[in-house]
Amino acid sequence: MRPVYVVSGGVSKFAKARPDKTFQALVKEAYDYALSDLGIEHEKFVELVDGSVASYFSDHFTRQLMAGIMVQDYLGLCPKPSHRVEGGGATGGICFQEGWKNVASGYMDICLAFGFETMSHVETWKGNEFIALASDVSFDYPVGGFYSGYYAMMVTRHMAEFGTTVEQLAAVSVKNHANATHNPYAQKARRLTVQDVRNAPMVAWPLTREDICVMSDGAACVIFASEEGLAKLEKASGRRLPRVTVAGIGRGTDAMRMADRPHQSYEDFYKFHALPVEESAEARAYYKSLWDKGFRYPGVHSFRAGRSASQQAYRNAGIQDPLKELDFIELHDAYTSSEVQTYEDMGLCRYGEGGPFAVNGKTFMPGVDYGLKLKEKPECPVNPSGGLIACGHPVGATGLMQGVFALWQLQGTIKKHFKDATLQVPNAAKGAIHSHAGTGTYVTVSILEKEK
Amino acid sequence: MAEKKFPQRIEDNLQGTIVYNIPFPTGDDLSGLKDMSPIVIKYPYSIDYNFSYGQDSPFFAALANGRFIVSREPKTGYTYANPRGHDMYTGRETEWVEIQPEGKIHAFTVCHFGSEAFLPETPFILILVEFEECDTLFLGRLVGVDPDAASLDWIGRKVRGRFLRNAKLKPTDIYFNLAE
Repeated sequence: MRPVYVVSGGVSKFAKARPDKTFQALVKEAYDYALSDLGIEHEKFVELVDGSVASYFSDHFTRQLMAGIMVQDYLGLCPKPSHRVEGGGATGGICFQEGWKNVASGYMDICLAFGFETMSHVETWKGNEFIALASDVSFDYPVGGFYSGYYAMMVTRHMAEFGTTVEQLAAVSVKNHANATHNPYAQKARRLTVQDVRNAPMVAWPLTREDICVMSDGAACVIFASEEGLAKLEKASGRRLPRVTVAGIGRGTDAMRMADRPHQSYEDFYKFHALPVEESAEARAYYKSLWDKGFRYPGVHSFRAGRSASQQAYRNAGIQDPLKELDFIELHDAYTSSEVQTYEDMGLCRYGEGGPFAVNGKTFMPGVDYGLKLKEKPECPVNPSGGLIACGHPVGATGLMQGVFALWQLQGTIKKHFKDATLQVPNAAKGAIHSHAGTGTYVTVSILEKEK
Repeated sequence: MAEKKFPQRIEDNLQGTIVYNIPFPTGDDLSGLKDMSPIVIKYPYSIDYNFSYGQDSPFFAALANGRFIVSREPKTGYTYANPRGHDMYTGRETEWVEIQPEGKIHAFTVCHFGSEAFLPETPFILILVEFEECDTLFLGRLVGVDPDAASLDWIGRKVRGRFLRNAKLKPTDIYFNLAE
């Protein structure tokens, strides 16, 4: 695999509904932004780009098969190569990685990855039904197909297993909504207290409406280039572009039915799933005590796919201790609880410690007033953009949106794009994006790095 | 031979939406169209599927007869509470084994909202059940408990399966009550 640069990106405004534009024109909004930021006109870009990857999750929402080609067509990229990817909530993250792959493999020098979702085409509860069709329709869906319900079951197990509290989960909501008050792309920027989150209408016990992301219409795109591609783009734009590379990717999977996930032994956990930070004698003793108390891995409280994706991405990017080495993470917080579960999968803390870790301050942004008493200084801000909970989750666009926000962090251009410098992570040199599907069925982790 | 006459006009007011007077510029100046509000139309969409349960069919036949069968790998004994034709570890075909649907609550939630199809049933309780004989869990509904009294104490409580009298050939043909 050869080096791949992330050279530009764009995000449309995410909103509950965007009836002003069709999905093609929504993508065009993000595409035009990416090109304008690159300083290249459409005609020149079409001359240079080798092809694209399209991502959208649900044919039900669009009620249009082959919507990917309709975007390719609208953007004026025909007859160049393209294909559509789909993998539930991780569709955007998979698209990001397929864009990378097209360039890393040598197939393309310049590749456009674009994604979108138009979820406003149906009412919210019908939308929930469509999303629940991404659970086994013979066994899970008919029992009460509802993703918030599935995640709430994971939460109750996490709470019973580790003593995680609903207030710890609520702190994630406070953090992400507050971050979003500085992000003009966000759909739901709010100042909330832990009590506001708990007082919100109960959706699936113990998750309230403020613990759960909303549905959105929106689009995003990312442009990838090889060394040669970068040279062509720089020649066309007449300027040197900031060097941000994809340092490594990882992807994992797990059983479609959450109930089918294994409950592995301590030995198998260490054989297959432990990260380098968990190899110390102290960490082993900690985990041994968990297993002695009846903990099994991954069960329904943990995401083996997320751990597997993290392991590969860290290995490929040479990361030993993610909390210390990553400057920020944009992760898939469809639920406050899944952000907490993901801290553990990504090795920011150990399994079982996600609750206390969520409130210790390490994942918060410096310079944002959360109204919370945080014991420690920010170390690796998580979802500085506001994440899915506050930015919205137009599924096929979400993972690419994370890629764009991560790129801007590493370019140091947050102020330019957000018209506000508050969310710029100081000296950001390395960041991760994490995209997640189903009850943890597909997970992608990609590491982006500013070239030294 | 007389030429057959075909109607040249579609009869457009017999069915469906009839629209009168969508505003549009009357003159030659079309520049204002860029400011026009989008047109949003609403229409129904429904489908009947002929869906086969395939190799999982015996599970539903068992439920319809008030019995509960699970899938066991014949050599290793690894047992799935949900039907599964082949084992994920050995790749071998599983066999059907009957168990009593009695177990413990592993995890739960009370859904106060839901997908449109289940909204009329809210609040309903979902549980993942641990069966002694199985290595994996089973998703079901818990019935007969106050949904407003949700508590982590529910985890670990014993439950017993109960069958619908008239099977609907869905996994909800079995549901659970507290056993104590």
